[in-house]
Amino acid sequence: MSEMTEQERRLVTLLADMNEDEAFALAKSMLLEQGADPLRVLELCRNAMDIVGKRFAEGEYFLPELVLAGEMLDNIGKIAKPLIKTDTGGEPKKLCKVLIGTVQGDLHDIGKNIVTFMLDINGFEVKDIGVDVPAETFIDEINAFAPDIVGLSGFLTLAFDSMKETIEAIQTAGLREKMKIMIGGGQIDENVRTYTGADAFGTNAMDAVSLCKGWVGVAA
Amino acid sequence: MSAPQGAVPTPQAAAADAAAAAAGKAAYDVRWQRIMDCVALKQPDRMPVSLFATFWLAKYGGITNRQLMYDYAKVREIGERAILEFEPDVHSPMVLQIAVGPSLDAADFKQLKWPGHGVGDTQPYQYLDREYMMADEYDEFLSDPTGFYLSKYLPRVAGAFEGLDELPYLPGLHYFRLLSGLIPFTNPRILASLQRVIKAGEEVKRLNDYQLDFANHMKALGFPGGYASTAIAPYDLIADYFRGATGMMKDLFRNKDKLLQLLDKAVSFVLRQTVASYRQWKNPIIFIPVHWAPDRFMSHQQFMTFWWPSFRKLVTGLIDEGLIPMPLWEADCTKRLEAIRDVPAGKCIYWFERTDMVKAFEVLGDVVALRGNLSPSLLTTGTPDDVDAAVRHLAENVFHKGGKLILDAAFGLPDETPVENVRAMFTAARKYAG
Repeated sequence: MSEMTEQERRLVTLLADMNEDEAFALAKSMLLEQGADPLRVLELCRNAMDIVGKRFAEGEYFLPELVLAGEMLDNIGKIAKPLIKTDTGGEPKKLCKVLIGTVQGDLHDIGKNIVTFMLDINGFEVKDIGVDVPAETFIDEINAFAPDIVGLSGFLTLAFDSMKETIEAIQTAGLREKMKIMIGGGQIDENVRTYTGADAFGTNAMDAVSLCKGWVGVAA
Repeated sequence: MSAPQGAVPTPQAAAADAAAAAAGKAAYDVRWQRIMDCVALKQPDRMPVSLFATFWLAKYGGITNRQLMYDYAKVREIGERAILEFEPDVHSPMVLQIAVGPSLDAADFKQLKWPGHGVGDTQPYQYLDREYMMADEYDEFLSDPTGFYLSKYLPRVAGAFEGLDELPYLPGLHYFRLLSGLIPFTNPRILASLQRVIKAGEEVKRLNDYQLDFANHMKALGFPGGYASTAIAPYDLIADYFRGATGMMKDLFRNKDKLLQLLDKAVSFVLRQTVASYRQWKNPIIFIPVHWAPDRFMSHQQFMTFWWPSFRKLVTGLIDEGLIPMPLWEADCTKRLEAIRDVPAGKCIYWFERTDMVKAFEVLGDVVALRGNLSPSLLTTGTPDDVDAAVRHLAENVFHKGGKLILDAAFGLPDETPVENVRAMFTAARKYAG
């Protein structure tokens, strides 16, 4: 991004340091009083999220910071987005498409949501199709979205079979060779990866980011 | 063999009954002593093994989860069959944990989906993570916990309580004002709610009676219950059952002081509830599933500020009551091991899910008994030989090195575990550790 003014740098720092109230007040003032370019403010937010992501990867930040960061981003976005006049192509190019969902029978979504957020702020185009997703819905969504990577999430042990069945269905539909498949969740390990036929597994959001970056050839 | 009811037992039958009762008591005492030795950090005569089974019983008994949830007698029958086959040193309170369908129906419980209520007949019940208390309700909860329960919390979590939100505000009622304060009790919504609550209470009483009967029956046959009462970490209580996961995480920044006040207050709520439960069930081991302590969930500083202080107060409070806290540290808590050492030695059982048990033994072996931790993926997708090797690893590297280990799966038997893998677990425990 182009060089930042002192005020812009201050916004990035406030966001990255979790100073929610001050960050929001400054962003609001820039957007509504100073007439700042909303795309520029969103770019600053992304810059701050990069720092948050790095601190998470380095073990300085944990889930609470990610959740608050997501909330701050949403709240500023709610003010900034209606101010965008035309589509000026300000959004940076995405690294690749990731389709993600919690497999059939499992209603857990916290881990999936965190992974979605982390992939999003790391430059991936993510489509989250929710929880308790049957294999056939995955197939339909794959056909519509054409993802490069599919992420199957699950917390319960019943998810092992659902993941296996979903990957088999993807295979049967002739789509398996077009994508990488990663599985994730609190109980997932190498045994489950082998059992399901996934390409890789992870137990936290950084694993997901590293896997996806590795697959698209970007340094994690 | 017991004599038929009403008939006068023959001297031989009476003698056989007495011998069976004595044998049952002796077997019970030996098994219970193994657990108590572990807690007291003494080497038991062999490594005890636990059978902690929930919906795995459906697989074992060849019925659906839905049938299991609604049939007290069936849970009891299948549970007894499993206990007699595997002869565990301790077992979980199977009826109480699983056959909750009728009670959930009667309470119109809203925090779970269960077979017939949002999930399929072969699925387990699942908790719905939601905000059951809003961020701006801390003051109300802090200043009047009971009032908050009656007017807000209970109607949100169970339909049977809908109507109690119209109960009168009680503080300040006095003299003739107190008489006029009775008028709301004629309110049809309140009356209907009270009737539903009474019916739900009767159903839960039936459930408890079945469990008590089951536990006493198994005790007579020589098999102790591994616990009956549960407690909860104050942080987990507020995160899981009030604020929801993301609400709670935002509160660490937005409502820090009020949250800390509430966590401190919640220690006394949980202590009172747990001691009352112990007086009903009389089993001193208190099971505490721990959800929000894992390494990945919060920083060390957040853990030491928000999670640990109120939990430690709870643990020491339970110990002061003569009880044995048994937290199940879910996920990987390796980075917490040094911090959670800070409890009185010889008073707790620490059950680990994904934390490496050898590492846990190295850090905590002189402070607490250990429990666990055959991995869910191994039990569900592995072979009996794999299970044998995993038990051998724990026996050789923890139990035989002086660790007071109670063998169990990582958080009880996964529902899908093949029965031959459970057999392998118990056989291997005898083979490698007595």
